[in-house]
Amino acid sequence: MILWEIYLLAQRTILRNVLRSSLTMLGIVIGVGAVIVMVTLGSGTTAKVTQNISKLGTDILYVRPGLGSHGPGGLRIASKQFELADAEAIQNAIAGLQAVAPTTDSNRQAIVGSANRTTWVNGVTNAYFTALGWTLADGRWFSDAEQKAGKSVCLLGQTAQKELFGSTSPIGQALRLGKVSFKVVGTLQAKGASTFGQDQDDVIIIPLRTMQRRIAGKADVRNIVIAVAPGVSTQTVTADIERLMRVRRGIKPNQYDDFNVRDMKELIDTFTSTTMVMTALLSAVAGVSLLVGGIGIMNTMMVSVTERTREIGTRLAIGAMREEVLLQFLVEAVVLATFGGILGILLGLSASVVGAGLIGVPFIFKPGTVALAFFFSGAVGVAFGYLPAKKAAQLDPIEALRYE
Amino acid sequence: MYQDLIELRNITKIYGEGHAAVHALDHIDLRIRRGEFVAMMGPSGSGKSTCLNILGCLDSPTGGSYRFDDVQVESLSLDQRAALRRNFLGFIFQGFNLLNRTSALENVELPLIYRRMPVRKRRELALKALDDVGLAGWAEHTPGELSGGQQQRVAIARALVGHPKVLLADEPTGNLDSARSKEVMEMLSGFNRRDGVTIVMVTHEPDMAAYADRQIQFRDGVIEAVP
Ligand SMILES: Nc1ncnc2c1ncn2[C@@H]1O[C@H](COP(=O)(O)OP(=O)(O)O)[C@@H](O)[C@H]1O
Ligand SMILES: [Mg+2]
Repeated sequence: MILWEIYLLAQRTILRNVLRSSLTMLGIVIGVGAVIVMVTLGSGTTAKVTQNISKLGTDILYVRPGLGSHGPGGLRIASKQFELADAEAIQNAIAGLQAVAPTTDSNRQAIVGSANRTTWVNGVTNAYFTALGWTLADGRWFSDAEQKAGKSVCLLGQTAQKELFGSTSPIGQALRLGKVSFKVVGTLQAKGASTFGQDQDDVIIIPLRTMQRRIAGKADVRNIVIAVAPGVSTQTVTADIERLMRVRRGIKPNQYDDFNVRDMKELIDTFTSTTMVMTALLSAVAGVSLLVGGIGIMNTMMVSVTERTREIGTRLAIGAMREEVLLQFLVEAVVLATFGGILGILLGLSASVVGAGLIGVPFIFKPGTVALAFFFSGAVGVAFGYLPAKKAAQLDPIEALRYE
Repeated sequence: MYQDLIELRNITKIYGEGHAAVHALDHIDLRIRRGEFVAMMGPSGSGKSTCLNILGCLDSPTGGSYRFDDVQVESLSLDQRAALRRNFLGFIFQGFNLLNRTSALENVELPLIYRRMPVRKRRELALKALDDVGLAGWAEHTPGELSGGQQQRVAIARALVGHPKVLLADEPTGNLDSARSKEVMEMLSGFNRRDGVTIVMVTHEPDMAAYADRQIQFRDGVIEAVP
């Protein structure tokens, strides 16, 4: 019998008993749907996070005092702060760096007239802007002279600007941090929320020297932000920095680092592997429901074979080959499974569109996954349809014809 | 070409083993000529169906030889037997055995599908066969919408649509009232006389057997001498 005829026959048989067929398909529908949702939302989340992290700069290293991952928590209070000389040493001793930016930050209350807001105040050198890719919205950067002299000038992030100045232009206006009055020289383009949800635009940036002298009152450097040149391995640079800092801080070979160097790529990798573990786990769940779906199909096909014993006997008597009977039932199982698969794919994609909107990640259509899901549902049909089909094909025609 | 279409020699069929063994057929010889209409008679359990199933290549004898036209059936594989059924044999059963919820036309087309006949051709042949059994207007009706007599006529159309060499019928009128039985028998004997279809029919009703050219009496697995 031509395969097309067998397919039509299978389709008709399935549509003849819609309720039973639907219930049989349910396991596959859920299994496939779950896989589609998981993969789609999973890759959406990964894409979003990766994108956010790369906004921070993928080749950025953050060097901070404090115990690394070895110690009990990141106790940076306990360890010695950096100083400007550390940044200079890194700049001079290590190759492949695009920018080395020492910074010192703290949260302060900013006052403009009657408006006040506690915000993140970051003292930086001009290298900081290059390292993190900040761009000006209005006004100008700090001049080298202002940096060197520690002038009371500042740049505003979009959020800080809006909160303190509303819609009026802040350029040339005054702003008070504690007792010190600052002149706003420029505003920065928005960067949006960071990966970890904090608003990067809620910031007032001032020269590092100003921060040290007029706000913090000490010469500490709390972070050293480093931009690695394109094509240079961040791992190599990280190792170089660690070696250098251990020497500079006099750490003995048997002691742990009292500082840490964080790589944004590491962060992405950690996140990606976390999502991969999640995906693997959930895929196992999906696999189980596919298995259950397959068993459902096997069960229904077994019942169907029994119910249609006389039909099978008739077909055999009329001259059907055993393989033709086998194929008939196998195709029926496969059609059942792939119908379920298609339904599951449609359902999964719709749910993904809705879900992506709800959790705020992009909807990423993965044709490969859809094809794989379809293929898998078909494979489930073959795997679980084979036994019933074999049973049908091996019926004794005489007994089958007599079956009541 | 052999003169006789069918030749059974020394056929035995034993069900079970040892003490429980049943000799359903006990050394049977039987020849059936081309174009002959044979009725197999005998009490229940005498081996008629067993013999018919062997003739129909649905069952294999325990011993003996079976020649169908120019082939020795016992040397055939299962698939070759299926091909033989498909190409040269037609079956009618007591219980009609039509496919449920499938139109009369599609039921009649079934054997032709297994012969891989193109749709148009097989549709044409099936409609002709339905016409031949007087069901021209009933092609789209399903078995559930047909009377018993009509269902058996659909079954006859299905058995004959592929122009088999032999039509095998196991109590074809067993489920029909006498008027319907008569109709079916008239039809079968018509096909036999007009188209020369060889028919082997099992029945225990003498009225039905009377339509045949020859009657064979079975008793306890043997054929009694024809009087
Ligand atoms: N599948 C079987 N297993 C065991 N015994 C069988 C089987 N089929 C038929 N028989 C026995 O073989 C004998 C002949 O049966 P059958 O050919 O059906 O008789 P009839 O058709 O003349 O009534 C009976 O005794 C029956 O019980
Ligand atoms: Mg019988």
